[in-house]
Formats: sequence, structure tokens, C-alpha cells
Amino acid sequence: MAFDSLHALVAMGGHAPYVWSAWGVTAALLVASAVHARAERRQLIRELQRRNRRERNLSERELHEP
Amino acid sequence: MWAFIHKLGSPKWFYAISTRLLPWFWAAAAVLLMVGAAWGLAFAPSDYQQGNSFRIIYVHVPAAILAQSCFVALAVAGGIFLVWKIRLADMAATVIAPFGAAMTFLALFSGAVWGVPTWGTWWVWDARLTSMLIQLFLYLGIIALRGAFASRDSGAKAASVLALVGVVNIPIIKYSVEWWNTLHQPATFTLTERPAMPVEMWLPLLVMVLGFYCFFIALTLTRTRSEILRRESAKRWVRELVEGRTGGDTDGL
Repeated sequence: MAFDSLHALVAMGGHAPYVWSAWGVTAALLVASAVHARAERRQLIRELQRRNRRERNLSERELHEP
Repeated sequence: MWAFIHKLGSPKWFYAISTRLLPWFWAAAAVLLMVGAAWGLAFAPSDYQQGNSFRIIYVHVPAAILAQSCFVALAVAGGIFLVWKIRLADMAATVIAPFGAAMTFLALFSGAVWGVPTWGTWWVWDARLTSMLIQLFLYLGIIALRGAFASRDSGAKAASVLALVGVVNIPIIKYSVEWWNTLHQPATFTLTERPAMPVEMWLPLLVMVLGFYCFFIALTLTRTRSEILRRESAKRWVRELVEGRTGGDTDGL
């Protein structure tokens, strides 16, 4: 460890606002990108399933009521 | 040879291969970034001149490297799309551009924050900073251009051309610290020389850079796969794949 205590780590020798804001924005951006990619995929798959179901229902109705 | 290239460019084949690769890249990214963060924030020694503000280097340099790499990737994908009409290249370009823009913003932001305690200013209009700002605008231009056309193909072509033209900015950014007088320090990593820093400072940086690369690959694979499903949704294999899921499950994410 380069620091004597957890408090010293947080304080960053007086540079806390700079170090933690740069790291914080980086972490937030990476986490948001990963979360967004996952949500995008889930939403898309649900939408495609809905569309498939709708098309299936449509073609079945055509079979029954020509 | 041509058969192989076209197989490589087939969305279905890419989807299958990436299903197997994806978990490894996400895991590698998570491990490398966490190790790199703990190492860089708590264990690397502080700089004798800059003190602890130097720890910003562990996010600044990886973001800047990725910002350049994403742009080169965009130009290569644009070239492949324009010459061979391989749609997969355009799908990848679609998802790389926003991430590249985010990395460029991150490099500029962390640089500005770092500049306050070290240079006494958060911004100077010097060559490195200005060329990096231009790159951010190029990214935003590419993203906007893609959406500005009624047909997807026209938008894709325009975005590809802008990526190919904009890539001239890359050597300008790279050599800006050598061609012009600047506050910005020269590159930390070069292929030919050992870093000017002690090993306990640059090793965590290397871990962070590798972590950023793995994250970039994992994110690009994940989002390109979504893009494939979106654009190929009428294809039989996509319909079957979608039906085989309960929706939002994690297998092969």
C-alpha cells in the first residue's frame, strides 16, 4: 500500500477531488455502457418475440377464415 | 481465401463464434479493470512531483489509447464496407462510434481534471488537446451523419467516408507532442523504448490498458450481436434463435 490508512487513501494527499472525479466518471461511463448493452439486448429479443407471435397469429387466422 | 473472408463477414457465423468468446472477454475485462484499479489507486507509489494526482494517468491514458483505436477500427470497418459491401463491418461501425466518442470525452475530461493541479489550468489550446477535441467532433459527426439519411445504406456510406477522411487526424494527435511545443508530456508507452517510469508505476497502467481493450471488445461483440438481430430479424435463423429464449436470459449474452 502506498497509503498508511484508508483515510489517507480517500484523501489522496489533498488531490481527492481530482483523482476521484476522474475515476468516478470513468467507472460510471463503463458501468453505464455495459448495463445499456445488456438492456438493449433484452428489450430487442422481447420485441422480436412479440413480432413473431403477432405474425404467427395473423397467418393462423388467414388459414381459418379464408 | 475469398470463401473464408465471406464466411468471416457472415452475420450468422459471427454470431455463433462470438457466443463462445463473449463470456471470456467480459470476465477478462472485469478482472483486469478491478486489479488495475486497486493497483493504480492504492498500491502504485505516488509521483515525487505530482503526488497522488498522477493516479489519474490510470484512466486518462487507457481512455486516450482506446479513443484512437476505436477511430482506426471505424476507418477500417468503413473501408471494408465501402469496398466489399460487407454489412457486418457496418454493424460493428455503428456500435463502435458511440464508445469511441465516450472514450474521447473521457480522455479530455480526465485530462482537464488532471491539468488543474499539475498545469494550473484545465484547458490550453495546444496541439494535443485541440486535435483531441477535433476527434470528439469527428465522432459526433460520424454518429449524426449515419442518422441523417432516409436510407440506412446512404447513411452507412457517408459515415464510412467521414471515418476514412477523419483518420488523418490520428497521426496528427500522435505526433502533436513532438511537432509542436506543448504542455502535454510525450507518450508513456512506445514500442521501441522502455517507459520512462519505474515498473511499479507502468505495470498497473498496462493492466488498465488491457482491461479497457477487453471491455471494448466485449462491449462491441455484445452490441454488434444486438445489431445483427435487429437488422436480420426476418431471417429464419434469427427467428429460431429468438424463439429459443425466454427473453432476457443471460446464456450467451
